[in-house]
Amino acid sequence: MSEIADKVKKIVVEHLGVEESKVTPEASFIDDLGADSLDTVELVMAFEEAFSVEIPEDAAEKIATVKDAIDYIEKQKAA
Amino acid sequence: MFSLQGKTALVTGASGGLGAAIARALHDRGAELVLSGTREAALAELAASLGERVHVCAANLSSGEEADALVGKAEALLGKPLDILVNNAGLTRDGLIIRMKDEDWSQVMTVDLESPFRLCRAALKGMLRRRGGRIINIASIVGVTGNGGQSNYSAAKAGMIGMTKSLAQEVGSRGVTVNVIAPGFIETAMTAVLPDVQREKLLGSIPLGRMGKPEDIAAAVVYLASEEAGWVTGMTMNVNGGMAMP
Repeated sequence: MSEIADKVKKIVVEHLGVEESKVTPEASFIDDLGADSLDTVELVMAFEEAFSVEIPEDAAEKIATVKDAIDYIEKQKAA
Repeated sequence: MFSLQGKTALVTGASGGLGAAIARALHDRGAELVLSGTREAALAELAASLGERVHVCAANLSSGEEADALVGKAEALLGKPLDILVNNAGLTRDGLIIRMKDEDWSQVMTVDLESPFRLCRAALKGMLRRRGGRIINIASIVGVTGNGGQSNYSAAKAGMIGMTKSLAQEVGSRGVTVNVIAPGFIETAMTAVLPDVQREKLLGSIPLGRMGKPEDIAAAVVYLASEEAGWVTGMTMNVNGGMAMP
């Protein structure tokens, strides 16, 4: 797993208080990890801070799963 | 009851009469304060009279950038996160709509409605993370009842009441409460200049038979800021001597 994926996973575990084993790439923040809408906003803000990237509102809306977040951040970092 | 020991608070508009009374009351309950306002001399004087646990951070809230930066600056001065935000700063540019200039409308909107939004947004980041916080907005009775000659001011204050209710719903699950106080007519420099006839008429419409004191409002702020008010959110607290009972 990439360094970014590791860090994303860690933030999700920390923020949502879920077990690490549940944070699979396919896991949906809302459906599988028990996040509410405010949690998803807070997660996006935490990602922005941790990776020094800016995630605009329309991109943030599309981040539904752990993989979505990892992919988006990897793409930003590669650019 | 109502101890604010160990809590931090930012009060905007603290260079005015009402803001100073609010600051004094919060400080009296043990809070550490950041006083903000435009008149630096008045802020420094107030800070000196309060003594310990007080910082000054002047800001002009008609500037979006200054409004956005204020919470961060306050937290830097405190050296710890902000627990209580009191959006008290405001101004009036009274006039009948038919003669109202664009800038009289927009200036009131910017300072009285947009800057509280900016301050709430900035303060919430930390409050949500820490799962707690108190936001207290100071609106006005005219935001509830309307008042001829104050369409801009009453629109901004009514907007503040709507924003408070929405925000209370957004962040309630995180233990952050958001409430708004709608003060009636308060004895300040602004109302001291009213002609006697108008004053008599005004008093006649207040069941409790007197104008409010800044301390009447400050006491409501202390309550809403306290742990004891932890089950109160989205409320418009009408502190007006009974002048309006919406």
